[in-house]
Amino acid sequence: MATDEELPVCADNLPGGERSAGLVRPQCFTFAEPPGEMLLECGERLGPITLAYETYGRLNEARDNAVLILHALSGDAHVAGYHSSEDRKPGWWDTYVGPGKPFDTTKYFVICSNIISGCKGSTGPSSANPATGRPYGLSFPVVTIGDMVRAQVRLMDHLGIARLLSMAGGSMGGFQVLEWIVRYPERVASAIAIGTTARLSAQSIAFNEVGRQAIMADPNWMGGDYYGKAAPTAGLAIARMIGHITYLSDEQMHAKFGRRLQDAERLAYGFKTEFQVESYLKYQGDSFVRRFDANSYLYITKAMDYFDLVAGSGSLVEALALVRAEMLVVSISSDWLFPTYQSKEIVRALKANGVPTTFMEIKSGYGHDAFLLPNESLAGTIAGFLANVHRRVRRAGEGARP
Amino acid sequence: MTANESARPARPRLDYQMIESLVPPAARVLDLGCGDGLLLSELIENKGCVGRGVEIDEREVLACVQRGLPVYHGDMLEGMSFYRDGQFDVVILSQTLQQTLRPPQVIHEMLRVGRSAIISFPNFGHWAVRLGLLFAGRMPRNRLLHHHWYTTPNVHLCTVKDFREFCASHGLQVVREIFLSAGDRRVCGCCANWRAGTAIFQVRKAGA
Repeated sequence: MATDEELPVCADNLPGGERSAGLVRPQCFTFAEPPGEMLLECGERLGPITLAYETYGRLNEARDNAVLILHALSGDAHVAGYHSSEDRKPGWWDTYVGPGKPFDTTKYFVICSNIISGCKGSTGPSSANPATGRPYGLSFPVVTIGDMVRAQVRLMDHLGIARLLSMAGGSMGGFQVLEWIVRYPERVASAIAIGTTARLSAQSIAFNEVGRQAIMADPNWMGGDYYGKAAPTAGLAIARMIGHITYLSDEQMHAKFGRRLQDAERLAYGFKTEFQVESYLKYQGDSFVRRFDANSYLYITKAMDYFDLVAGSGSLVEALALVRAEMLVVSISSDWLFPTYQSKEIVRALKANGVPTTFMEIKSGYGHDAFLLPNESLAGTIAGFLANVHRRVRRAGEGARP
Repeated sequence: MTANESARPARPRLDYQMIESLVPPAARVLDLGCGDGLLLSELIENKGCVGRGVEIDEREVLACVQRGLPVYHGDMLEGMSFYRDGQFDVVILSQTLQQTLRPPQVIHEMLRVGRSAIISFPNFGHWAVRLGLLFAGRMPRNRLLHHHWYTTPNVHLCTVKDFREFCASHGLQVVREIFLSAGDRRVCGCCANWRAGTAIFQVRKAGA
């Protein structure tokens, strides 16, 4: 039980200082053991399923302070703090999660859940197929955002959390947030969706497809059956480079790199890496292949492509008709992957359903990934939103008691 | 919309109280250009209203979120377009009408999403404005009109008389009128056009 776990918090010798979530332990939860496999949207069954997660802070007695954070395409459950005192980098959203930070771990019990089909400790194509003892590869069933969320619901059951105070996610994390509030309205008091969309646009599908084609064109990919052999790192690196371009902005690239050359004073009239921007992308690609599985990249981008809240409903307004969560929708002014208008579509549908919704467009030149960077408006908005929701949930809880 | 909310003068308390007095208890209220959300949060606290806001300035939106108000960051016409017909009992536009690019469209939209509209604005017919222009020959500057002519966000200033005529010619029924002098005293309707510094109108569609 999560409440019984003593987290090793000792402010003095923590990496990152006293505003850091400190040392955290990766955890995992395994369920859907055969014959109770989970039925996926594609019709196939998957089990057993392991889901990696981390927790920060303490679940209070009333169990009304749990906040679930959901990550984007290449993220993991390690949202804040450090795994060991030797770690050089903290979790991916450490700026926003920790004591005194917007997701204040002295007030809230913060959970970050990984996704199925990933490669960060959860069951995915690189996991061993219990039927064969060998990695699934392409025999892994195609999962959807809905499947990912259903697995997370099982994790919440396991942690004894009937209703979340809030949940938050940017980009693909936002897809999961939207799926949660639509499918499990009674289990979410509020939610924060950042730089996201209710359905992937043709442009985004196009970028995903180019990434997948780069992986599948790599001779090392071998139909996905490359485990134990050389991995399709060239293809995966290209996929990451393409993706990374979409996470930045023209303005930011111009400011950060311009036309500057990396190691030379003049043009070399050749095809080696010359410009700083080329060098940067190459670095992003090369470092990504060391931490990510190519098949997972295929599966997760496919899940993104399939994400469409409108499908099956007449309109987004109808799709969001059951939402009960108080909502905070945030877009980033320079995000051209999931532009502001896509957030506004969500806001329009929420408002048409009478859902209390706050919308904010953060002015930032950093593009889609701006939500990962320090931003006063974003920090203040999240902190203020959570504090008010918590106050209201507590008041309602007190009112309900005799 | 040119409404630059951060440049709006501090609203006098009495102006607020008068607007509050026009809002029925537990009403569904939309406040356009809600600033830091003070009026809206008072309506929620004191009158049990259900409140929503629209605000164009990022800092003011942040202040609203910290008060726990659901607010839309953006243009007011766009902010209203998200709502169904008659979703609100009252739509408030406080000291901002004169800053909108298309006042008729704004008021029309207010009365689409709301059953009534409360609109307050600085009265350009006030005697000090008239005398200032007549004797000093300068654009007026006072507590309510405190900008230079070259920095003012006010593009559609009007007088009490102008607004009454506008209502008559645009099918609007004036439900209530409240006028405050520059010194925050109540002013009667018959001499409001030259004595009122601030005018507050509650209007609805005629025949509705």
